Amino acid sequence: MTFDERYFDIGRLDRLSYKDTCVHRLDPRAKVIATVMFLFTVISFPKYEVVALAPFFLFPVLLMTVGEIPILFIVKKMIIVSPFAIFIGIFNPFLDTRTAVVIAGIPVSAGWLSFLSILLKFALTISAALLLIATTSFPAVCHALRRLGFPALFVSQLLFLYRYLFVLMEEAMRIIRAREMRSFGRRSTGMKVFARLIGTLFLRTVDRADRIYYAMLSRGFQGDVPTLKRSRIAAADLAFMAATVAFLAVFRSFRVTEEIGRIAQELFL
Amino acid sequence: MHMADALLSPAVGATLWAGTAAVGGYASKRLKERIDDRLIPLMGVLGAFIFAAQMINFTIPGTGSSGHLGGGMILAVILGPHAAFLVMASVLTVQALFFADGGLLALGCNIWNLGIYPCYLVYPLIYKPLLGKSQKQSRIIIASVTSAVVALQLGSFSVVLETLLSGKSELPFGAFVLLMQPIHLAIGLVEGFVTAGVISYVHGARPDVIESVSSSRPLGDRVSLKKIVITFAVLAVITGGVLSWFASTNPDGLEWAVEKAYGRSELPEKGQGIAPVLKAIQEKTAFLPDYNFKPTGSASEKEEADPGWPGIDAGTSAAGLVGAAIVLGMIVFVGMGIRAFRRRDT
Repeated sequence: MTFDERYFDIGRLDRLSYKDTCVHRLDPRAKVIATVMFLFTVISFPKYEVVALAPFFLFPVLLMTVGEIPILFIVKKMIIVSPFAIFIGIFNPFLDTRTAVVIAGIPVSAGWLSFLSILLKFALTISAALLLIATTSFPAVCHALRRLGFPALFVSQLLFLYRYLFVLMEEAMRIIRAREMRSFGRRSTGMKVFARLIGTLFLRTVDRADRIYYAMLSRGFQGDVPTLKRSRIAAADLAFMAATVAFLAVFRSFRVTEEIGRIAQELFL
Repeated sequence: MHMADALLSPAVGATLWAGTAAVGGYASKRLKERIDDRLIPLMGVLGAFIFAAQMINFTIPGTGSSGHLGGGMILAVILGPHAAFLVMASVLTVQALFFADGGLLALGCNIWNLGIYPCYLVYPLIYKPLLGKSQKQSRIIIASVTSAVVALQLGSFSVVLETLLSGKSELPFGAFVLLMQPIHLAIGLVEGFVTAGVISYVHGARPDVIESVSSSRPLGDRVSLKKIVITFAVLAVITGGVLSWFASTNPDGLEWAVEKAYGRSELPEKGQGIAPVLKAIQEKTAFLPDYNFKPTGSASEKEEADPGWPGIDAGTSAAGLVGAAIVLGMIVFVGMGIRAFRRRDT
């Protein structure tokens, strides 16, 4: 992915998070907690589990459709980060060749099952994390973390980082453009030029931090970033959490998928 | 080398989250004690700087492939360990949320691998002693390259341990290590030289910046008791993790990995210290602790009796397959329904 694409991607996620749907309106704390519970439940499945993971797709699908998040956007981002999990998982089919099931006469080895399981878990966990940030603005997530007990210093660090991310990325974009215009082909993209570019960017950043600091001081900064918005857990948030817990508990403890399959077989075969 | 959620087990994820949270709490407490308000915007903007810098790439000499900056070591050198750790943690958090690099549960692992090692182990124990009092270019290069290499080796080795402890991958220990370490040796060397280049450039152009930043950092003192405690806590989690791996009664593919790595299938080590605790957590979190792969038995039995498909009673695997198809179909249906409904609404 090129630099510009990455930059606009963040911008796009940011814009998505300011939509106004009922998923977006939920309290950020409720969404953070629900997402974490979802992630834990998904990865708590044993390594060969495949079919029991299927119902869990309901969670991201509901968030995506009710929250009006374009599915292709999420899928594209998932594919971009998939190489590591695939790279580690692809060895399983070759190393674990015990036959686990026979489907339509074709023996399927345990390694393929565990690889498939890794892929499904990957899709579920990554989409849940992306959807959290696509349906909740980053500052809101930060304030939720603050209220959930993360250190104030860390939370203001996150807020500052996010605030200046866009500024510095635009600066980096100008630097890249300038380098490309002067380096016809790739002659000056070596390490020496790179170290100086980064050094310059660093010095500009430090100067900028100084100016920011004085600007903040003159506006009464005392070391904390307060929020004016008072968020309260509403009935809808509690209902959302309760539904999530019930959903996770049911599909984690009962093998619902296989039961449905069995009933269907009895009915139609 | 971001760890991914899909490869983690809950026990490993939670343990590293706990360790990372403890160190994060300690870092912000230490920073708060003697913080200069000036440091807050500087840390924030430097986090954004790491992001921007990671997006500028360069050509690695002799290979033609391109590399970019990792950042942990530069931050530690400029900000000191506590501030650098928090900045690194925030960078990784934003990466996990916006780029889905790794994931939210693996975030604990990632902050541990890429934040704690450079800031709390390598910087005080390797970079500072190697650099000494001088600011000569050659010393800067030696110190940065060594530190970057060691930090990345520790980090990538931890990825190996975390993956194997989670037991989702079948990769044997030896092969996995051989896969990860050399790649990260190369990355570490490149990163070390880049770090050295940036530090000596900044030092040459504006020596006051590094000095002013480092004078406002609270780490002027000698090795304190707390630092030793932190170091030991880090080592404890590492060894605890290794012990729990050895002590685990049901190490699936790991047994084979251990056999390959050590020449015998059983290791004499039994659970001590943190291992039983970890195991208890694992047993609590795993709803089906001794889950045997059920379809194996039923399918192979069926195979002998009636290999035909579809049989009314073709075993759990068939039911599972049909069920999964139905469930996924229903989810797609629900999703499309909601989408259509929404579209008509607006």
